[in-house]
Amino acid sequence: MVTVTAIEDVRRARGIAERVPDPELPMLTLADLGVLRDVEMTADGTVVASLTPTYSGCPAMAEMRAAVAARLRAAGYARVRIRTVLDPPWTSDWITPAGRRKLTEHGIAPPGAAPHGPVVLSLLPTRRTVPCPRCGSPDTEETSRFAATSCKALWRCRACREPFEYVKEI
Amino acid sequence: MSDGESAIDHDDDHVYLSLAEGHDDGSDARWAFGTGFEDPLYGVDTSVPEGVDAGELAAVCVELADDAVVSAQRLAQWCTRAPELEEEVALANIGLDLLGQARLLYARAGQVDGTGRGEDAYAYFRDADDFRNVLLAELPIGDFAFSITRLLVLSSWRLAHLERLAAHRDPVLAAIAAKAVKELTYHRQYAAEWAVRLGDGTDESHRRMRAALDQVAPYLGELFTAYDVQGEVVEVLRQVTEAAGLPMPSVPPARGAGREGQHTEHLAPLLAELQSVARAHPEATW
Repeated sequence: MVTVTAIEDVRRARGIAERVPDPELPMLTLADLGVLRDVEMTADGTVVASLTPTYSGCPAMAEMRAAVAARLRAAGYARVRIRTVLDPPWTSDWITPAGRRKLTEHGIAPPGAAPHGPVVLSLLPTRRTVPCPRCGSPDTEETSRFAATSCKALWRCRACREPFEYVKEI
Repeated sequence: MSDGESAIDHDDDHVYLSLAEGHDDGSDARWAFGTGFEDPLYGVDTSVPEGVDAGELAAVCVELADDAVVSAQRLAQWCTRAPELEEEVALANIGLDLLGQARLLYARAGQVDGTGRGEDAYAYFRDADDFRNVLLAELPIGDFAFSITRLLVLSSWRLAHLERLAAHRDPVLAAIAAKAVKELTYHRQYAAEWAVRLGDGTDESHRRMRAALDQVAPYLGELFTAYDVQGEVVEVLRQVTEAAGLPMPSVPPARGAGREGQHTEHLAPLLAELQSVARAHPEATW
């Protein structure tokens, strides 16, 4: 029954790692954000958790690594390894439906579909519709392409007059 | 795990882990950033693929990292000086992306050049003539029009080159490049929109954009000697200048040799500021 135990063990470890909150968007778990790429167990019983950064300069990576390892150890896993996975690069498309719902509930607009294909410069006015996460109005505008963290932009709602953050497509 | 995927195991006896464990009470393990330094390529495969020249790979990484770290430092100088708070945040964010790219690239260089140096050794303990950044990156920030024009040129240039490097035979460099392309797309878009807004704005903003293009033009040749992406960059400049009602700058023959370590008088003071704390306390940890 060793095999069954091992499968249950890795499933439990995965559940623990999945529930670790993101340091900068604490309403999301690392699984919601899509940065926890894998949790495996090696033959010698080491739990190996793979994480990928959202942005190259994301200062939260070190805390994510530390938090995942600490949670797993606290749950009784003596041998824990964290891997950084750079390829494929993170995309906002990996934010789960549950993650998108939680963002909206916390007043942060979730990203639309990430662009694909060749990177072409467009100077046409962008008519992206970002519904206000508070009142739902589509009458919103961007105030800054960049915000308090790498992954967000600043928007405001013309209907309810509230500013809000928006997770950028990448 | 595909062959191109760059990740292997490292042990977890890491300074951050012990810090986090110390606070672990079953709730969120929280601690302030800046409690120590970390390896940005922590747990990533460090081997060099067969057929890749390690010295050449390290040089490629250092050049790209030097461009990024010097650019990031110039962008950071806009903090408290930008025309609006939103622009200060934007420029700082762009600098942070570049700094992140630089950290990964320095770490990769240290792995493959045989020295085992960490990112800090490259950023803080090399002198100006060891830096390989292009001259345009090190010029003082000038006015907002100049910084926007420089950002437009450098982000277009870096983006075009990194798009190619995303197919590099070294999977780590390829992965760093692929990630950076996404970030640079935002940087270029930001700069292009401001360039159009200023060029097509008031008489004064138009005049300043013309002056900025004149100031940047002499440094374009060096960029295209370093990377063969003149077509892509000229196309972006044509698109932006047309939309902005600005004259298209001409590309003179290469002037300057930042890639050989021959710099303007502006780099050394920039580095002195960047490196002062690390050099005053070379073994410091906190």
